[in-house]
Amino acid sequence: MSDLSETTPHILLPLTGASIGGVGDYVEILKPRVMSLVVFTGLVGIAVAPGHLNPVLALVAVLCIAVGAGAAGAINMWYDRDIDAMMARTAARPLPAGRMMPGEALAFGIVLAVGSVLMMALAVNSIAAGLLALTIAFYVFVYTIWLKRRTPQNIVIGGAAGAFPPLIGWAAVTGDIGWPAVSLFTIIFLWTPPHFWALALYRAGDYAKAGVPMLPVVAGPRATKRQMLLYTLALWPASAAPWVMGVAGAMYGLGALALSILFTASAIRVWIDDSERSARLMFGFSLLYLLLVFSLLLVDHTAAGAARGAWP
Amino acid sequence: MTAMDHPEQERERMIRARNRALVGVLVALVALFYAITIVRFGS
Repeated sequence: MSDLSETTPHILLPLTGASIGGVGDYVEILKPRVMSLVVFTGLVGIAVAPGHLNPVLALVAVLCIAVGAGAAGAINMWYDRDIDAMMARTAARPLPAGRMMPGEALAFGIVLAVGSVLMMALAVNSIAAGLLALTIAFYVFVYTIWLKRRTPQNIVIGGAAGAFPPLIGWAAVTGDIGWPAVSLFTIIFLWTPPHFWALALYRAGDYAKAGVPMLPVVAGPRATKRQMLLYTLALWPASAAPWVMGVAGAMYGLGALALSILFTASAIRVWIDDSERSARLMFGFSLLYLLLVFSLLLVDHTAAGAARGAWP
Repeated sequence: MTAMDHPEQERERMIRARNRALVGVLVALVALFYAITIVRFGS
């Protein structure tokens, strides 16, 4: 990895000592859009878990999940600053754009990572803290440093990091890892490849330029589309699993099945339509899919709790 | 104002904004630890 800190524009400014990273840059390296999805799925893990967690501690758990995810994102941006500078989608990020020193981002990420895990351990429980530490380590060491630049299966295995938050949320309430939580993990794990490959299909040139072996770059669009279709089919039973396990009712089960059918339909459309538009539409729908599946789970669980006279 | 003043002022403005944000984060952390302590002792 080349050291861009030697060539970035801010070094040329007549500034000495402290860097010029602004508050907005610090927020940006936490990847707030990724964080919002992570927070939501973690929150659903807390909500559907059996048992009770004090609302203040639930808030702390969600905060720790958010900060931990942001920390992993910051360390990822530090490590990937060389390839980010080569891709149009990421060239304006604080590090490749020269608005922040690499060391700042790394230190910020490490402080937040350690802080979020310690806070989780002190305020919630050690299982949730351990899972949070595992998530951060997995994203940084397994995905970012080991797999991303080496294999087209990078996001298949690395995607596990994004699937941990509901498991952490569940563990925050129960203190263990139950099968229903594993089913939520599986949904996100299987959702990640078609989601990222839809993006990679219309950004393949960018990834090729940066030397990132995404599946469309290495195996071509046809093989990628076949894999995407297979993963959406695997989501049918996976998304129904929380219903089968009794975490959610028929409203969730039927809704999740309908959404999975639509997700597969969008993959079929990508299969038969080679335009960039169909891949963009599938990428957009994939975000909506995950949001709606977890929203349905939350609504169904809340409604069931209200019917029993307990909330949530 | 000279050409050199502007980046220096901009840098000072950014540092002030960062300091304010840091104060906000620290105050929020104090409040959060206070709430956690109340909850933990309460239970």
